[in-house]
Amino acid sequence: MNYVDALSLVFQPHTIITILGAALFGLFVGSMPGLTATMAAALLVPITFYMDPVSAVGAIVTCSAMAIFAGDIPGALLRIPGTPASAAYVDEAYQLGRQGKLAQVLSVNLLASAMGGIFGALVLIFLAPQLAAVALNFSSYEYFWLALIGLSAATLVSASNPIKGCISLFMGLFLATVGLDVVTGFPRYTMDSVNLMGGVSLIAALIGLFAVAELFRKATTIDEDLPPPPQVKGAILTQGIAAIRQYKLNVLRGSTLGTFLGILPGAGADIAGWISYAVSKRFSRTPEKFGKGHIEGVVDASASNNAALGGAYVPALVFGIPGDSITAIVIGVLLIKGLNPGPTVFTESGDIVAAIFIVFILANLLLIPLGLLAIRAAGKVLSVNQRILLPVILMLSIVGAFAVNNSVFDLWIVLVLGILGWLMEDNGFPIAPMVLGLVLGKIVEESFVNSMIKSDGNLVHFVDRPISGTLAAVFFAIWIVPLIIRLVRRPKAA
Amino acid sequence: MKTKLVLAITVAAATLSAGVALAEYPERPITMIVPWSAGGGTDAVARALAAEIEKELGTPVNVVNRTGGGGVIGHTEMLNANPDGYTIGLATAELSTYYWSGTAPFTTGDVAPLGLVNLDASAFNVSASSEWADLRAALDAIAAAPAGTYKLSGMAPGAGYHLAFSGLLNAEGIDPLKVVVVPSQGAAPGFQELAAGGVQIVPSSLPEAKSMIDAGQVKSLAVLAGARLEAFPDVPTVQEAIGRDWVGGTWRGMVAPKGVPEDISAKLEAAVDIAWHSEGFQTFMKERGFGLEYLNAADFGTFMAEQQAQNGEVMKLLGLRTRD
Repeated sequence: MNYVDALSLVFQPHTIITILGAALFGLFVGSMPGLTATMAAALLVPITFYMDPVSAVGAIVTCSAMAIFAGDIPGALLRIPGTPASAAYVDEAYQLGRQGKLAQVLSVNLLASAMGGIFGALVLIFLAPQLAAVALNFSSYEYFWLALIGLSAATLVSASNPIKGCISLFMGLFLATVGLDVVTGFPRYTMDSVNLMGGVSLIAALIGLFAVAELFRKATTIDEDLPPPPQVKGAILTQGIAAIRQYKLNVLRGSTLGTFLGILPGAGADIAGWISYAVSKRFSRTPEKFGKGHIEGVVDASASNNAALGGAYVPALVFGIPGDSITAIVIGVLLIKGLNPGPTVFTESGDIVAAIFIVFILANLLLIPLGLLAIRAAGKVLSVNQRILLPVILMLSIVGAFAVNNSVFDLWIVLVLGILGWLMEDNGFPIAPMVLGLVLGKIVEESFVNSMIKSDGNLVHFVDRPISGTLAAVFFAIWIVPLIIRLVRRPKAA
Repeated sequence: MKTKLVLAITVAAATLSAGVALAEYPERPITMIVPWSAGGGTDAVARALAAEIEKELGTPVNVVNRTGGGGVIGHTEMLNANPDGYTIGLATAELSTYYWSGTAPFTTGDVAPLGLVNLDASAFNVSASSEWADLRAALDAIAAAPAGTYKLSGMAPGAGYHLAFSGLLNAEGIDPLKVVVVPSQGAAPGFQELAAGGVQIVPSSLPEAKSMIDAGQVKSLAVLAGARLEAFPDVPTVQEAIGRDWVGGTWRGMVAPKGVPEDISAKLEAAVDIAWHSEGFQTFMKERGFGLEYLNAADFGTFMAEQQAQNGEVMKLLGLRTRD
């Protein structure tokens, strides 16, 4: 690979213009509830037919990085995550905004996203072949434990009332069982409706539970005198830098974890955000502050979901196995451009791969100035009269939910879950665990059943591989260690 | 305000319907339903084809992804669309299995064929470190070992590649149920399982396996095609490997709902024919490694009926058939 030649490939006027255009597009899509980074990439595909390989992949890389960051913006402003990857810490960010720290939380989102993105890109550049080989050793046994660890995150995320958190989680897991069963194709809870065979769409559920439920809540208070909305004021970046300095180890931890989860095929930015937020809380010195407007978990998770983007390209480039839904699209684009993913791509098309790497770094650097503009623009949104703002958000939510599957049925899901989410939240049930259950439910089930098929029903195989054994130990430690601590302490109390 | 809107719509509709009487088909955009998600293989084929049909008919062809339920939702929508020629769809091999598996009440006979556009032959892929040197050795090993010793992945049970593989075993006198399916969503996770040592066989198409073959992780023992594929000259056909003529895999073809007026369906058939033969589509398919196979509407109809019957047989052997 020759980085000098690669630089000249990147710094072509048309390439730079494409990247800038894709960046603005990504910021727009990401900040719209319901329009996800994956959808942004899919929408770009027909346009990439007319581009050279570097512009084509560069456009997707840039727009997905922007979209994952931009998903944080409506989260902090309105408590509506723009993409599923921001769902884990949307409450925390919103609380911070309400406390007058809107500028701080958004600039932390921005800086941590850029740093996480660059970390993921550096890992991709320097360690791709080695790490891809490790990721290839992950089979359904390892995914099963990983998904269980992910589900355990729900109880950590909702510690204010773990029982209600668990009920919410199980409702999410139940929703994940609707549709054709992932293993045998048997229809469950479909009531003979073809639409229900496809199951509950994650995006529709996310829009219903977060966006529409929030709109119901706001609509009931629209006639009350609201406190003046939070403002984005002052030097935005300085406020963020202070927080990043304080939690620099969290940036590193979130980035590492996010990159690793991105490399694993099947996990991606969505799951990275959840696990990093939970890890941050578990190891925090002040876990009691989480959920009440504490920046620490936001740092971890913002870095993590952007880092996962770079990680996902590791198995995609080395083995042609996508690390997430975005790289699944990228592989198709690479093939059209005559680049065959595989170890040979680094030698045969070395310059183009090097140029793609440069775009990765460039996109994350570009994130800072463009992200600042987006934050400034977004700050204006809150000063719009609620009577105008809320219907506009509702309209965007409906368009977003419809656009995923072009399905009118999904709009009913949005409405039903919107009402459900509103009632749940009003009665102290957290929403986030339900979404996590929906995200991970299928992975838990599929990996468990596949593992049972592979091992002919022998449970020992779940723990007798080195990685699966370690993950199992981590899982049991999460659940058993707090119990032991409690048991040890009890005699003293009695 | 509302009355004005209604008025405007009525006027617009009247103008449009007045046009219908005069104008010739097609005078508005055509919708092409794709039963699989955006960014996937079927989606890519559909979009490439749509671009060419668009040029031919001179009207936009919008690709709409109606996903979910293992493709059944999109196929249902194709079937139930208004047969006015403005809704067509890219059907996939799964259409010939829904009836047997009990997923849906319809068969391939319930759509109007327009043309087969692609056929991807299945291949017998194993780990590069596998002790099987050729297809004969692999089949002998499967025949000799107790049921459940060997496992395959890369698709859901009953998907096109699984049925092609099972049919081959059956023809060789091996009970196809001896090889257990570890279900997966597509070929890539299947290769992941193969590399991790969880399964021994992934019967995917050769282009899907290319990256892993290049990476030295996978070798392909045979391809279930009539002749060796141009891009994979080293992979023998089943005929060459074991002397049995056996072809199988998955296919994609353009269909319309039943009942489209004859003059319109003739136009659509011609457009698919020209689009398939266009340079743009041919280059695209070659670059992506999709199998270029074309059948006109009549032949495609016969082909689908054969597939429907064959799959019924194989699915019965596999215990996947729920009705007669």
